[in-house]
Amino acid sequence: MAMMDTNPGGMSVSDEVAIEIRKMNKWFGQFHVLRDIDLKVRRGERIVICGPSGSGKSTLIRCINALEEHQQGTIEVDGVPLSSDIKNIDKIRSEVGMCFQHFNLFPHLSVIDNLTLAPIWVRKTPKREAEETAMYFLEKVKIPDQARKFPGQLSGGQQQRVAIARSLCMKPRIMLFDEPTSALDPEMIKEVLDTMIQLAEEGMTMICVTHEMGFARQVANRVIFMDEGQIVEQNEPEEFFLRPRNERTKLFLSQILGH
Amino acid sequence: MSDMHAESVAFVRETALPPAVPPIAERGAVRWMRINLFSGWINTVMTLIGAFIVFWLLSGLIPWIVNGTWEGDSIRDCREILQDSGGGCFAVLRERWPQLLFGFQYPEELRWRPSLAFALLFVAVPPVLFYKLPRWMLVITAVFPFLAYWLIWGGTAISPIFAALGLVAGYLVFVRVEKRGLVAGLLAALVAVVAVWWLGGALADEFSRSLRIEAVPSRQMGGFMLNLILGVVCVSLSVPIGILLAMGRQSRLPVVKGFSIVFIEFVRGVPLITLLFVANVVLAYFLPPSTNFDLILRVIIMITMFSSAYIAEVIRGGLAALPKGQYEAADSLGLDYAQSMRLIILPQALKISIPGIVNVAVGLFKDTTLVSVISMFDLVGMIRGPILSSTAWLGVYWELWAAACVLFFTVCYGISQYSQWLERQLRTDHR
Repeated sequence: MAMMDTNPGGMSVSDEVAIEIRKMNKWFGQFHVLRDIDLKVRRGERIVICGPSGSGKSTLIRCINALEEHQQGTIEVDGVPLSSDIKNIDKIRSEVGMCFQHFNLFPHLSVIDNLTLAPIWVRKTPKREAEETAMYFLEKVKIPDQARKFPGQLSGGQQQRVAIARSLCMKPRIMLFDEPTSALDPEMIKEVLDTMIQLAEEGMTMICVTHEMGFARQVANRVIFMDEGQIVEQNEPEEFFLRPRNERTKLFLSQILGH
Repeated sequence: MSDMHAESVAFVRETALPPAVPPIAERGAVRWMRINLFSGWINTVMTLIGAFIVFWLLSGLIPWIVNGTWEGDSIRDCREILQDSGGGCFAVLRERWPQLLFGFQYPEELRWRPSLAFALLFVAVPPVLFYKLPRWMLVITAVFPFLAYWLIWGGTAISPIFAALGLVAGYLVFVRVEKRGLVAGLLAALVAVVAVWWLGGALADEFSRSLRIEAVPSRQMGGFMLNLILGVVCVSLSVPIGILLAMGRQSRLPVVKGFSIVFIEFVRGVPLITLLFVANVVLAYFLPPSTNFDLILRVIIMITMFSSAYIAEVIRGGLAALPKGQYEAADSLGLDYAQSMRLIILPQALKISIPGIVNVAVGLFKDTTLVSVISMFDLVGMIRGPILSSTAWLGVYWELWAAACVLFFTVCYGISQYSQWLERQLRTDHR
């Protein structure tokens, strides 16, 4: 487990702040989902968020690109405050890539069209250039031969890698992953994690909601444990896994690592 | 080999057996019939009853068609020719065919104009229906409504030309101004459209003799032509309006949402026939006496309102069937509302809605016959009115209604076949 001690691959973390969340609160009706969230993510940081289901981890990262609205506090992404101003929201969304548990590829478009759609329409990239970029990222996720197929013809793991490539085509500065491997068969999890590890090694700022503790150990600079809408504990992965301090963290870790 | 005992004697095959034909009861038509028609005594009885019904129907229908006559100028001629052969009096179709198609008032020497418009329809519609045709052909589709209007109604060409120019001007202005906001763009476009139309109206009055072909007023339209005009116009208007209403019903803006809901619920809750009566009678009370608000236009507005409410609900079903993740994926890529609707949501929602939309379209086309109730002489109105009440053809029901059925069935079956083809084309999930 030599990996645990150092930042693998010499990935550097700068002092520049990528995301800053201050005193953020969110309710679903009467239900207080996120309570006083404070989080500062520096550029190049790789953060894994874990916690029991219903703890608000998905909601937290969905707030970062305004898929969910927060009611109190502030979120700043690359210095742009996330307000109800639609222009700010669109700007932040085009800088922040997101991968979903269920991939959410567009089933009516071929893989290559899935990848080039946003660059062409949002970034106004010429079609040829967008296709070249798309092929570059498809090669990166190791499925360039599937470019002309439709999502429905691919395996789950392939679909998730296409989804990652689709986000990358927008050249995002931050990537959010919302349980990217939870809907996959076990033998496909590795191919997706490998892609994410590769991305981390290239210095992408990443926030991953995941229960893949091996991935957390290998890649994360910081692991955050959430419960009942609060950040209960955060630490470097080694400390987090070896010496969890909070009782709930201990219980959670014993449950998911216990088998 | 019959004397061979496999258990005790070693065996090596030296000659291959040729494949044999299965026994007679296990192949071809006999097998098919045994499985599908005579598998058990209940099915056998049902088959026999069915065969009897088919025989009974055909024994009436075939002589009616085969022995029928196409000669003669009245039902009395038919009776003389047919005697007791049981044949149909199809002479009525031969003699009244132009009336069935064009109504009894459309000038005979001008019938080539709507016929030409009908022929052009088959050039104008395919670019919309078959997306693999080259995109420039859509220009034909865009020009067609104005050309067809001019051909069918006649008069000076200035009006349809300026009607088209007005829309082009509106579009150009909208594209320019839209960057400063959607509402500003729409308003500016509206101003441009109205300005060009006003100019066109003034010019058409001034130069009403130039570019002129003989005008035919709306009350002279009739026959299957009227059904086709109403059907084509109303379907092509109500699909886009239905899409807007369906999106409006999902909108976050309370005014848009409220309007859509009230419109849809009201129009769906009212019988079409009452809307047509409103179009026919009541609207005339509300309009100033001098205005000449064309009856066909009024009917088109009513039928379009009616079917667009239904189509809106069909499309809402399609929108609701899409997983929320599709909206979120579009949002997370930074697509704005118009882009995500156009590129992601609507293509999928419309694909799901095809059977429902076609259902409404076919229903709408058949419902155009309801205008016969407000004394317009469409195909049904022609048969019920001028033809059946004429002394020559009093009582020739079967032949006329059968002809009406055949005409409507041809169109509706064509629409249905197209929609099934389209569904196969758009299938990308490869189940």
